[in-house]
Amino acid sequence: MSEHPSTYVPKSGIEKWLDTRLPIVRFGADYLSLPTPKNLNYWYTFGGILTLCLVIQIATGIVLAMHYTPNTELAFASVERIMRDVNGGWLIRFVHANGASMFFIAVYLHMLRGLYYGSYKAPREMIWILGCVIFFLMIATAFLGYVLPWGQMSYWGAEVITNLIGAIPLIGEPILIWLRGGPAIDNATLNRFFSLHYLLPFVIFGVVVLHLWALHTSGQNNPVGILIPKDRQAKDMIPFHPYYTVKDGFAVLLFLILFSTFVFFMPDALGHADNYIPANPLQTPAHIVPEWYMLPFYAILRAIPDKFGGVVAMFGSIGVLFILPWLDTSRVRSMRYRPTMRAFFFIFVFVGLGLGWCGGQLPDAPVIGSFKTFTLIDGDLNSYLWLTRLFTAYYFAFFFIILPLVGLKETPLPIPASISEPVLSHPATVSGLVPAQAEKKG
Amino acid sequence: MAEPVVTTDGAHGPDGDDATRRDFIHIAAGAMAAGAGVMAVWPLVNQMNPAADTLALSTIEFDTSKVAEGQQVVITWQGKPVFVRNRTAAEIARVKADDNAGDLKEPQTDAERTKPGHEPMLVVIGSCTHLGCIPTFGTGDFGGWFCPCHGSHYDAAGRIRKGPAPKNLVVPDYEFTAGSTIKIG
Repeated sequence: MSEHPSTYVPKSGIEKWLDTRLPIVRFGADYLSLPTPKNLNYWYTFGGILTLCLVIQIATGIVLAMHYTPNTELAFASVERIMRDVNGGWLIRFVHANGASMFFIAVYLHMLRGLYYGSYKAPREMIWILGCVIFFLMIATAFLGYVLPWGQMSYWGAEVITNLIGAIPLIGEPILIWLRGGPAIDNATLNRFFSLHYLLPFVIFGVVVLHLWALHTSGQNNPVGILIPKDRQAKDMIPFHPYYTVKDGFAVLLFLILFSTFVFFMPDALGHADNYIPANPLQTPAHIVPEWYMLPFYAILRAIPDKFGGVVAMFGSIGVLFILPWLDTSRVRSMRYRPTMRAFFFIFVFVGLGLGWCGGQLPDAPVIGSFKTFTLIDGDLNSYLWLTRLFTAYYFAFFFIILPLVGLKETPLPIPASISEPVLSHPATVSGLVPAQAEKKG
Repeated sequence: MAEPVVTTDGAHGPDGDDATRRDFIHIAAGAMAAGAGVMAVWPLVNQMNPAADTLALSTIEFDTSKVAEGQQVVITWQGKPVFVRNRTAAEIARVKADDNAGDLKEPQTDAERTKPGHEPMLVVIGSCTHLGCIPTFGTGDFGGWFCPCHGSHYDAAGRIRKGPAPKNLVVPDYEFTAGSTIKIG
């Protein structure tokens, strides 16, 4: 909180000297002593995990750039050289490649946490919007990075995604040539993608600083979703360090175990085998799929029968997140106290996973074995095309219909006056036998 | 009328003339700065356009007599595949019969897509107009091409007949230079 008084007292001479010139140590100390709601659960540790992910990606990325060659003739071979000849290159590349997936796992959970506990609501809209900017930059960076190895899937992914720009009426085609630097994806494209892939993580880092600045200005939300009353702050708030540094540290360890499992035991599980074939502009892979974390958006793109419409829907599915704070009409933040909305939320999570699943399937393939139904407009009803459309409809309905309407219509459960109340009023907890019930939910 | 009459002299007061000059300087300086900004940004934008050596690769020649009847040859032009297809009489008859078919998204006759005197030879950029995949030869519902990625069907004149692609396969600028040799670009 911005009004949190600084408790830092410089001790050594050099600290005193520095404190009057650049109070950077004070800044760090204030950050660690920041009063934080004491009921944050493990869904709140992904902020710390994401910071770690960004640091890992930047550190491994800088090292990989020392060995990589952004040239269509040499890129594929330079990546293979990293894997075979550079000392420990295989490890660094696998950490970087799998790190991208871990980054997205963490960011999706972080976003769903924000959605569930209403972390985007006043006064925290700016934190949410900056988070959306980071998410958008992450997608762009991940796409640019995926193209760099110049494998078959890289090349054709770039072909398909840049072609989306060409769908814009009138100006699409000139912009496409401008973006690619030639009539087709070629050396100019690869070279500029490398340049931008190196740049954007530092832009992300800058926006992360703004994200945290906004967070520390408006204060952290918590699973109960209420503002902590002034007179309860001493009781309901604890310093960030050591309480949350230790809690986050434990979560980071679990996360690193998952990360290491992928890196050391199944490093290619999240990639696509076709990317070990050098790019061939004269042959399309049988089935072009993006990385798993883009599949839901790719599914939305394919669901719309019109090319430009598909592009609009895909960007709209990300763009809608930016206006989310104004779509939700409820005054209650946490979905713990919004039983109706909570049900719609879990359907939304299921639909998001479903869109990801559909994005990885051939659109014409039947969902249920060889079960034959009838053709509706341009596809069999029992096809991934129509299942995707069903999910896409719910995705947009969730934001534009369900959130505004349920917020107005539903009767939320009574919200507690303080974050301690649900814990203290629980009979089992008072007798000191069972941990807080509220901590276990959602 | 009782309202006070405002004169130009009264509006400016002692500093009136200076203020006008200062306004002029502000606007002029602002306009110059904006112009300079645009001029400084333009090279940064323009460098993204195709470079001279990329543009220099814009024409190629190809001898179409290498393509047997009923076959296609794929050549590379500007980094993109170009299909040169020598169509059979039956295929030509079929596409000509479909010249006025109702399912043409971008209506074009077969004659508009080929060169007079060279009807069997169809030259198109082999890139699906949906998202740029390379359609496969001789498949699909219309015997032309089929894009397996998202299911676009093209006929033997390269016209889109079914599926999400919005346009016909693009016919590049080309001409027959000598006999059977074509110059693309």
